[in-house]
Amino acid sequence: MDQFLQQLVNGLTLGSLYALIAVGYTVVYGIVQLINFAHGEVFMIGAFGALSTYLLFFDGQTGVWILPIMIIGAMIAAVGTAVLMERVAYRPLRNAPRLAPLITAIGISVFLQELVRVFYDRIPFADFPSAKQRIPFPQLDVVSGTAVQIGDVTVQRSAIFTIGALVVCAILLWYFINRTRLGRGMLAVSQDPDTARLMGINVDRIIVVAFALGAVLAAIAGVSQGLQNNNIDFKMGFIAGLKAFTAAVLGGIGNIQGAVVGGLVLGLVESMATQYVPGQFGGGTWKDVWAFVILILVLVFRPQGLLGARVVDRA
Amino acid sequence: MQQRSVVRVGASLIVASLALTACGSRSNDEGGGSGTTTKTAKIGVIAPLSGDLSALGLGIQHSVELAVKQANDSNAIPGWKLEVDAKDDEAKPDVGKNAATSLSSDKDVIGVVGTLNSSVALQVQPVLAPKNIVQVSPANTNPSLTAGAAWQTDPKRAYPTYFRTCTTDAIQGPVAARYLFEKAKITKVATIHDKKAYGQGLVGTFAAEFKKLGGQVVAAETINPDDSNYQAVISAVKPSAPQAVYYGGEYPNAGPLSQQMKAAGLKVPLMGGDGIYDPKYIALGGKTSEGDLATSVGAPVEALPSAQKFVTDYNAAGFKDPYAAYGGYSFDAANAIIAALKVSLKDAKDVESARKATVDELSKVKFDGVTGAVAFDQYGDTTSKVLTVYKVASGKWATVETATFTG
Repeated sequence: MDQFLQQLVNGLTLGSLYALIAVGYTVVYGIVQLINFAHGEVFMIGAFGALSTYLLFFDGQTGVWILPIMIIGAMIAAVGTAVLMERVAYRPLRNAPRLAPLITAIGISVFLQELVRVFYDRIPFADFPSAKQRIPFPQLDVVSGTAVQIGDVTVQRSAIFTIGALVVCAILLWYFINRTRLGRGMLAVSQDPDTARLMGINVDRIIVVAFALGAVLAAIAGVSQGLQNNNIDFKMGFIAGLKAFTAAVLGGIGNIQGAVVGGLVLGLVESMATQYVPGQFGGGTWKDVWAFVILILVLVFRPQGLLGARVVDRA
Repeated sequence: MQQRSVVRVGASLIVASLALTACGSRSNDEGGGSGTTTKTAKIGVIAPLSGDLSALGLGIQHSVELAVKQANDSNAIPGWKLEVDAKDDEAKPDVGKNAATSLSSDKDVIGVVGTLNSSVALQVQPVLAPKNIVQVSPANTNPSLTAGAAWQTDPKRAYPTYFRTCTTDAIQGPVAARYLFEKAKITKVATIHDKKAYGQGLVGTFAAEFKKLGGQVVAAETINPDDSNYQAVISAVKPSAPQAVYYGGEYPNAGPLSQQMKAAGLKVPLMGGDGIYDPKYIALGGKTSEGDLATSVGAPVEALPSAQKFVTDYNAAGFKDPYAAYGGYSFDAANAIIAALKVSLKDAKDVESARKATVDELSKVKFDGVTGAVAFDQYGDTTSKVLTVYKVASGKWATVETATFTG
């Protein structure tokens, strides 16, 4: 039983991380029907933004008060990247055939990875380590260090931070979308962009907001992953992005609650598979196989995802 | 409007790609016109020069460069000038195979130092062997590379062109097992490996010896080398209450694994092979890596009187990256090839005709290198069977004991 609870905690932690990233896929898809495959890289750049902030201003310190500043640094880097990406690469292709922005997204993803890999240690006026290898992430007081014991279950402090971050973000996101003008504008555009435009909604602005919103959550996820795994690298966005995209599809793409549920389910399947699938097909190496088996099964029997996709019927 | 934004996108892409190419022009070592009478022979290097394991790979490259530079300076092979041709294998077998193919199609290549990874060597060996290009690895520890797949029961030389200057997992695993059982008095261990040729082989030989001594392997798990979060595996291992975790793999995974293990409350030492013996391991493992153990091939380079000169020369040469775990072995590997070339190239008219003679000469090479006596047995393995156990103490790898393996 303890073992089950332990893996439950592990799964929820991993799932929260996927969920935070998955929201970015789903929000953008809901508004422009674009799968932004470069979103994983936004997450990666968020983590590097936090690291850079730390190295520039607080190198060597461990106070927990640095964390909010690091998160702000992460958000600036991630939102900047996402907004620039939308402006330079996606907006010109808004009316192009569907395949064009998709290929562009993959191109941007490779471009951003290589950019960080090659340039990170060459940024002038800062003495950053080379990103060609994994870089240790700063370990701060309170959010890292000795794990908390609840009965026989060990809960890491970074796990509490990650799950807490998801809860707070989910509440704020719900409030933003349902209670603010901008949020309701997003809802309107996702239902029918042309009518929304006629009603006086600035569609371009709403799309930028959607990208920025995803980037904010991805930045928080980047910081959590850094704290949890103790290191970041230039290709961390690829696998995480793929998993988060899977989570978004699992929950129903375009559906924000779906992305959160999908992320948590995916995380739980991975940790439970490590623990409970016996023998040859069990253990850590097979967990991804089981995660994708679940995805295939869900898509076969429930193609719209667990909570149902928001598919806008466009004539 | 539409057209203007297309122009903007195009412009920004062009600027970006210009910036990338400007940056991509790495410094290639050019031969330079050095008279018409000297002929050129190339020593290839196949190692990970980018990616997670590049700290080790760049150390290999620079150490070979140092050896070649010294040979050229002292005019070790009259009438010949040596060059280094380093290829990146990204620690991937398929990339390594391409690197080997490109080296083997160069008629000036006489020998290769590399690879770092045993899994890459498996792909490189069959490419170099038909062309009679000698390959000396400073770091491959998988026993099957020299003595064949059935190395335990029916050892057979796999490729006559393959040699190595480091000892193998057949020795490394058991030494770790003996240290844990006899010296550290640990009877219950868990094993984790990354399913690569190196990690799996290491854990296999370790577990066999540990059980033979009377110890217990209470859990055996695996991870993906691409993963960076190991919570699930750690939780699966923890209830069996091991007194130590033996990990088969390299530091990019081992460092975070150690850190996460201890953060998750599994406060036992992690022990690994030469793949985790790198300062990067401690950087990634953080403060809690204190007390973790590693075995590495040979005696510590810094402690050997024969190595002092290498360390001084290396630092004097002003390379950007440290010589890392395999610097001494790479230096010896390059010098072993150079020693063979002194005989084989002496009267040769071109490189290709001297390749076969180089293979024969290399098996007879004997000299005192940086890491001890360098000589090869009938399988191409080094005759030296010295290993050292290291422990992390106050943020550094400290030597615990150096042992010569017997039986």
